Amino acid sequence: MAEESVGTGPGDQVIMRVWRGDEAGGEFAEYVMPGQEGEVVLDVIHRVQATQAPDLACRWNCKAGKCGSCSAEINGRPALMCMTRMDTLPAGEPVTVAPMRAFPILRDLVTDVSYNYEVAKRIPPFDPRPKTVDEREAGGYRMQQIDVERSQEFRKCIECFLCQDVCHVMRDHEENKTAYAGPRFFARAAELEMHPLDVNDRRQLLQQEQGLGKCNITKCCTEVCPEHIKITDNAIIPLKERVVDASYDPVAWLGRKILRRDKRSAAEAAATSPATGPAAVQPRSLVQGVPAPDHVGATAPGVTQPAGDPPAG
Amino acid sequence: MAEYETHDFDVIVVGAGGAGLRAAIEARSKGMRTALVCKSLLGKAHTVMAEGGVAAALGNVYEEDDWKVHFRDTVRGGKMLNNWRMAQLHAQEAPDRVRELEEWGALFDRTKDGLILQRDFGGHRFARLAHIGDRTGLELIRTLQQKAVADGIEVFMECKVLRLLRDADGAVSGLVGYWRPSGEFVVFTAKAVVLATGSVGKSWMYTSNSWESTGDGHAMALWAGGDLIDMESVQFHPTGMVWPLSVRGILVTEGVRGDGGVLRNSEGKRFMFDYIPAMFAAETADSEDEADKWYDDHTAGRRPPELLPRDEVARSINTEVKSGRGSPHGGVFLDIATRRTAEDIRRRLPSMYHQFKELAGVDITAEAMEVGPTCHYIMGGVRVDADSAASTVDGLFAAGEVAGGMHGANRLGGNSLSDLLVFGRRAGLGAAEFAADRLGAARVDEGEVATAVEAAVAPFSRQGGENPYDIHRDLQETMQTLVGIIRTGPELDEALGQLEVLEERAGRVSLSGGRRYNPAWNLTTDLPSMLTVSRCTTLGAVNRKESRGGHTRDDFPKSVPEMGQVNFVLRIPAGGGDHGGVGGTPSIRSIGVSPEPIPVMPDDLKELLEETV
Repeated sequence: MAEESVGTGPGDQVIMRVWRGDEAGGEFAEYVMPGQEGEVVLDVIHRVQATQAPDLACRWNCKAGKCGSCSAEINGRPALMCMTRMDTLPAGEPVTVAPMRAFPILRDLVTDVSYNYEVAKRIPPFDPRPKTVDEREAGGYRMQQIDVERSQEFRKCIECFLCQDVCHVMRDHEENKTAYAGPRFFARAAELEMHPLDVNDRRQLLQQEQGLGKCNITKCCTEVCPEHIKITDNAIIPLKERVVDASYDPVAWLGRKILRRDKRSAAEAAATSPATGPAAVQPRSLVQGVPAPDHVGATAPGVTQPAGDPPAG
Repeated sequence: MAEYETHDFDVIVVGAGGAGLRAAIEARSKGMRTALVCKSLLGKAHTVMAEGGVAAALGNVYEEDDWKVHFRDTVRGGKMLNNWRMAQLHAQEAPDRVRELEEWGALFDRTKDGLILQRDFGGHRFARLAHIGDRTGLELIRTLQQKAVADGIEVFMECKVLRLLRDADGAVSGLVGYWRPSGEFVVFTAKAVVLATGSVGKSWMYTSNSWESTGDGHAMALWAGGDLIDMESVQFHPTGMVWPLSVRGILVTEGVRGDGGVLRNSEGKRFMFDYIPAMFAAETADSEDEADKWYDDHTAGRRPPELLPRDEVARSINTEVKSGRGSPHGGVFLDIATRRTAEDIRRRLPSMYHQFKELAGVDITAEAMEVGPTCHYIMGGVRVDADSAASTVDGLFAAGEVAGGMHGANRLGGNSLSDLLVFGRRAGLGAAEFAADRLGAARVDEGEVATAVEAAVAPFSRQGGENPYDIHRDLQETMQTLVGIIRTGPELDEALGQLEVLEERAGRVSLSGGRRYNPAWNLTTDLPSMLTVSRCTTLGAVNRKESRGGHTRDDFPKSVPEMGQVNFVLRIPAGGGDHGGVGGTPSIRSIGVSPEPIPVMPDDLKELLEETV
């Protein structure tokens, strides 16, 4: 962000350079608009539509940073148009608005983001452990706030796909999309892996089919996230550690092969045991090298996991 | 002959917000071939903007809470105009619907015992709103979206539905629309259609609603012969942002007040103490001292008046501003900075913190927010059977905001998320049962398709006509100034006249630029529904010569008991009336209105309402 020459305000005129075109090609068109107080880029785009270019295509819904529809590249930086105030951009200079580059153009500022919806379908869904007797009586699962907060961070995601757009693994290598899920879906996988109730295991898939290893932790995704989710530090790095643990620890590998079916029946057994209370419900460990409890048998007596520790890295 | 692709399903759900997703999940679980059709991308529907929470009498924070108290609060908040059976089912089933979300992956904030935490909200006697900070809607839509994807429900995104199609017997059997990216037309045939199209707010200038809220489902149901009720009951949420102008109307969650925030005028006074209505006097604190004790212990004092139902608070703010005691930008002050620690505010209200910081340059942990009423929700909608969500047209169901009756004349905060779960499920079930019993393939009238397609493309062959953005802005101006939070007979009559002029102008729109992702065309095809629902709201408001809930008549400031016994029903008379409307739809002049009795509440439920605190 420019720190010195900020301050496009009322009375100033603003020059918008907006990319117009479709998959066959296009170019920047210039629109000169009067400035207005407190506006965001999307406001100006709307005024351009209403007064100069009625067919200028852009996606938007909430205009409050909550739906993640109006993603674009503003002065070259991936951002939400509805959360980028005009007065944070250099005064007197044209404001460039281009579509996200990592996705195919549909028209003007609208891109085909269907790739993301396809990846979403391939992530093994949430699969909760059964409720304990206590939980059935209480009417719902018991989880501690500190344990839900880890996944809650990733569930803040508004699916603007700016992290996907900026990730150079896809941005510069279209061919990688066939075997790369991208930061948004690494965060989704992390959310499920760290979910206190989930018993599904997605680590092999992440490594073998979703290209987790291709990410080399440049943190571009974290930088552009409008929800300020620490995608790299809190999702991708812990996932990489878990995947390494799953891939190279032969005992863990063997244990998974053998215990896979047992882990479900063990959990079910735990649920029906009258002695099982909330204390027996252990959230997964995030600590490096310590397998999550459900992979070694959730009912192992005396196993206490340091549940609240922050992720390594 | 119009060219279009076709798809056939058992159940089609229009709208992929909470109600639509929940309906589709239910229909799919009954083995129906189910599809979702939505105007935007999946996961962007207006539900995503819900903030404060979902109301359900789980009893996790106050054991005394149960469905009966929730029912009572809902109907009293709705000023007794609610469909009693809907309010009953809603209160009874909301807890299971919330717990079910948790089984599908939702992560609500927790109590110390590890159960779902509940927060206070206006009009609810107990802390009742399950929530995730102030982004509950996002959690809800994402949970349902991910469940729908996991269940293999087909989703057709960025598809604008133009109208419903009927078979020779008049039963709804499909719909016609177009893909926004390509502009190509598409017909869906189905044995049952569920409308879950949400709100109408985009007809007002200052609104918390997204562009999608153009009343498509309301209008399509009416055009297909269905009834709408209570369309005059529009909720103006008390706290929208007022400055900068470009963000005017964006929602500020009621959770701010639930968590201790108070409203002050320019003199620094907590003015809500001056506006406690008789109906709520017995349960509302009459001093700041008493009110402040209540936050920590609901038995130590009565509720703060800032947590009166939304209609009361919105009117009070309006009065303060009109009396010259407003904030610099025409609102009042919402202060949480002096009431809670900065850390608490950022933890409990993270998106409010960012919204004000990034859009208004205001740090809500240090300064008060400026807020004022914003068009937020319509209580009125498609008249439905409470148990099955069936409309008055065969094969057509409605759930969520597009359905009417549940909330009466005013909705309590938190009751919309629970509404869409409870009645989304019931609509999916109702549609699945109807579809299973319907014999033979669904057939549509190709002539109806051709008419819709020809009307939709007509603006491209005109030149030098109207700009759709101008018509939309003028419509918003009309509704904002003449059919806003406070209404009068002469202004409403003026609005009826202006709407007819706008309809005539909308018929003269000319467009260029082709049909591919053309927002001017998209807006043009939204205008018929916006004009239709605006007309319905205005007609209801003209006829309801009293003030009740979200409907306030300056010339009839009191509630009239007899009026509380009727719904104003909007209907296009048999035969379809005048088809001179925009895009081949019935003209707004053909919409009729008549008072019809509301269903009579059984005595055992009436007793619950009379129970005092």
